[in-house]
Amino acid sequence: MKPAELAERVAIQCPDTLVARGEVTTIVERDDLLETLAWLRHDEALALGFCSSVTATDWPGSDPRLWVVYELLSIEHHHRLRVKVGLPESDAHVPTVTTMFPTADWHERETHDFYGIVFDGHPDPRPLLLPDGWEGFPLLKTEELGGVNTRYHGAFIPPVDTRTTT
Amino acid sequence: MADAPTTPVTPRANDVDPAVDARTGEIRQETMIINMGPQHPSTHGVLRLLLELDGETVLKCTPIIGYLHTGIEKNTEYRTWMQGVTFVTRADYLSPFFNELGYCLAVERLLGIEAPPRAQVIRVLMNELNRISSHLVWLATGGLELGAVSVMLYGFREREVLLDIFEEVTGLRMNHAYIRIGGVIMDLPDEGLRKIERFLEDMPKRIDDYERLLDENPIWLERNVGVGVLSAEKALALGVTGPVLRAAGVATDVRKDAPYCGYETYDFEVPVSHDADAYARYRLRLVEMRESMKIVRQCLERLREPGPVMIEDPKVAWPAKLSVGADGIGNDPAYVTHIMEESMEALIHHFKMVTEGVEVPAGEVYQAVESPRGELGFYVVSNGEHRPYRVKIRDPSFVNLQAIPTMVEGFLVADAIAAIASIDPVMGGVDR
Repeated sequence: MKPAELAERVAIQCPDTLVARGEVTTIVERDDLLETLAWLRHDEALALGFCSSVTATDWPGSDPRLWVVYELLSIEHHHRLRVKVGLPESDAHVPTVTTMFPTADWHERETHDFYGIVFDGHPDPRPLLLPDGWEGFPLLKTEELGGVNTRYHGAFIPPVDTRTTT
Repeated sequence: MADAPTTPVTPRANDVDPAVDARTGEIRQETMIINMGPQHPSTHGVLRLLLELDGETVLKCTPIIGYLHTGIEKNTEYRTWMQGVTFVTRADYLSPFFNELGYCLAVERLLGIEAPPRAQVIRVLMNELNRISSHLVWLATGGLELGAVSVMLYGFREREVLLDIFEEVTGLRMNHAYIRIGGVIMDLPDEGLRKIERFLEDMPKRIDDYERLLDENPIWLERNVGVGVLSAEKALALGVTGPVLRAAGVATDVRKDAPYCGYETYDFEVPVSHDADAYARYRLRLVEMRESMKIVRQCLERLREPGPVMIEDPKVAWPAKLSVGADGIGNDPAYVTHIMEESMEALIHHFKMVTEGVEVPAGEVYQAVESPRGELGFYVVSNGEHRPYRVKIRDPSFVNLQAIPTMVEGFLVADAIAAIASIDPVMGGVDR
């Protein structure tokens, strides 16, 4: 389906849908997420049954601060749709989609590692990529790059702006 | 309970049945938990598997990853858009050109530009050569794990030829940073082209050799046929892409489904199999290598047309010029003279472009390319500044690795080795 047609079809249930750079993005409320994904998957013209990626972005100072981003793909029709859910900083919870897309398991664990977003109902919410006992959520914009102790011989990585690069 | 022995006994190896508890004389019931990795020759880098075994049967398999996490995504947020290339190329270190291409295509779409046709052809050419080199490493390491040492030697021998080509073209054997926003950093050198032609002459015979060695080799068949089966349904649910999914009968390939760099204009087949086992994946990858060579030949044909390899817009194009001197690739002396001695404007422009770089309009894109392991996606977000706001790498190894428990639980430990090898995970891409 062409992006414009796809957007038109998606907008039947999700009015907040737009086309930019040939990609269709739809914004849904957290409470409607599972229902919307199920519809997108089962609607025959859409058939968005493949979840490519789940990740998040962080926008400090704006509301909602966190956005969870789902990249969906239709294996049959070769079109893609991006679904975004905004989360307030004070309540960074979103229902897990692992029941619908088992592949989201590691994506959600990674997103929790990086952003601290809690995926309610996740079957195995352990840390995935970060070392055991890591404090903080490194991909938040409020986290500096560097400035951390590493476990190797007590080494310390200085923050970016204090490094000598020449 | 049996009577305790009155005299001490020194058991010999054959006297002890590991399945029987020596104290009680009963068959052991407990399971064993072992760690495979992170340092293990057959885990492709630093993958750790926690295996619960009943005898030799795997009851439960838990992959543990993260040992190679280097924060590539976070790092890109602190560099210019152009510097991002040198970071992403290091993610999946066996397919650097794919990482560079995916990232650059994403940024180009944010900028609303397209690389010149010749640059597109060179990109396709390097990508397909890279696909072959990556499959060769898979063949070599996968063969080694199953005891086929000669295949390991052959695979690495041929890959060496490809790395020589990469070095000739880009100056580096790995992590090339050759594909840049707006094109490629420099045109192909004549010697590089000659080397590619020689490679194309030699390689088909080599693949014939691999087939003669392995196709009907009883040990190879025993270890691979019916091993690591993953049905299409499960593969799709687990997000698996690439050869593993195509071996289960699903003909998805980003090059066909959502073509980039003009892939729709090349003549090539996407092989599909229905056996869904390790052997099917092996056959499929060999066919893919032949198809890649077919594309490379078409690229060479198209490269007869000269043309620019970098976009002309000075607001985007990388200012520095490279040239090949007696000591290899380096800064072009004529360009250095120009900016240092002739033109103050050129120097200022060079300085601005190198330190500050391109300004990318705000927005977000998801660009997928077909890497040797499946769909490699780049979700790139810009807030209109000189640095990326977010770069998410959807690496196929990361996703495909989730299928390991499904493939190995209920089967023998030895089959787990073959199953993992057939996924071809690269931990650099998994952990990023």
